[in-house]
Amino acid sequence: MKVCFTAKGATLESLSEERFGRAPFFIIIDLDSGASEAVQNPYVEGAGGVGPKAAQILISHDVTALVSGQVGGNAREALMAAGIEMFTFRGSSVNDALEQFKKNALQRSE
Amino acid sequence: MKIAVASGKGGTGKSMVAANLAYTLSLAEPVTLVDCDVEEPNLHLFFPGPAESTDVTIPVPVFDTAACDLCGKCGEFCQFGAITVLRDRVLFFPELCHSCGGCLLVCPKGAITESPVRIGTVSVSIPLPSLILVTGLLDTGSPLAVPVIGAAKARAATHPLVFYDSSPGTACPVIETLDGSDFCVLVTESTPFGLHDLELAADVVAGMGIPAGVVINRSDGEDEATLDFCAEHDLEVMMTVPFDREFAAIQNQGCLLCREHPEWQERFRALYSGCRHLAGVSP
Repeated sequence: MKVCFTAKGATLESLSEERFGRAPFFIIIDLDSGASEAVQNPYVEGAGGVGPKAAQILISHDVTALVSGQVGGNAREALMAAGIEMFTFRGSSVNDALEQFKKNALQRSE
Repeated sequence: MKIAVASGKGGTGKSMVAANLAYTLSLAEPVTLVDCDVEEPNLHLFFPGPAESTDVTIPVPVFDTAACDLCGKCGEFCQFGAITVLRDRVLFFPELCHSCGGCLLVCPKGAITESPVRIGTVSVSIPLPSLILVTGLLDTGSPLAVPVIGAAKARAATHPLVFYDSSPGTACPVIETLDGSDFCVLVTESTPFGLHDLELAADVVAGMGIPAGVVINRSDGEDEATLDFCAEHDLEVMMTVPFDREFAAIQNQGCLLCREHPEWQERFRALYSGCRHLAGVSP
């Protein structure tokens, strides 16, 4: 499965980003192969509608779960429709978020 | 002639000025008053009467699921995030759509058509023999004020003398209201906030090339900062209305200053003459 973490930078050491639609980077980790990819978010400065557009990026990358702080209403609707599970993380680095996700310690956001 | 009444700051007295101008002038000639503050129109409170209402619609895309192959081009094109293309279907967010029609143009399968969706109404009434009131009203929950303002203005397009009562601020609804105006009356009040927003509004009308003048409302007699600003920017102060509890009470009861105190009619007629003069229209 592919999990997306919202981040302020492009590496696993980067701080996690609480906002979904305006997160500077989406770090997508394939838990099966261990491969990771950092996708820069082109909608950081967007005027509006950034949530659904960010959701489209995740859909295009076949992401199945999202770990982020806050997901807006439209983005949530798009992610749910796409069957992408959402988990809440408010903390330090992407690595920490990944550890907690693997331990099943993150709360699912309905 | 089309005259807009704007302010920048809310609550300075735009509607008071627009309503009294329209009332006074309608005693002598046909006048149309357009309430362009479509998120919160209030001129009908001063001019009650039965109105005929028509819907304002905007076109939004409809997706033919049989023809769509989920290529995603429409979603990529949409700058407003209104279309998300899932693996098995298209998700549309109507409240984000700006009705640009771009998705129709880029769809390689011709799978998108347009269908009208109501976002508000335009009401027309004749509350006084020579006064037509056009009121734009945006539906609750709809975010697009501009098409409703455009529709309201269109109802008065051919009328000889039209006043547009603007919403406060300097954003898209105000630009839409000002567009095509021959003159703009900027209503301010003698407060720092009133002056601050007057500066913003004056910038907007100057940028749009619309001649303008200033009305100072609720003046406490200490208008030096406003007068200095107007002098520096070549803005004529066309009328000053003093702060007066009775005027406030008249306004709050939905009455008109020029009806309760007919001596004010002369002042508002002079304001209109000033508009014509500054707009370069022969008297």
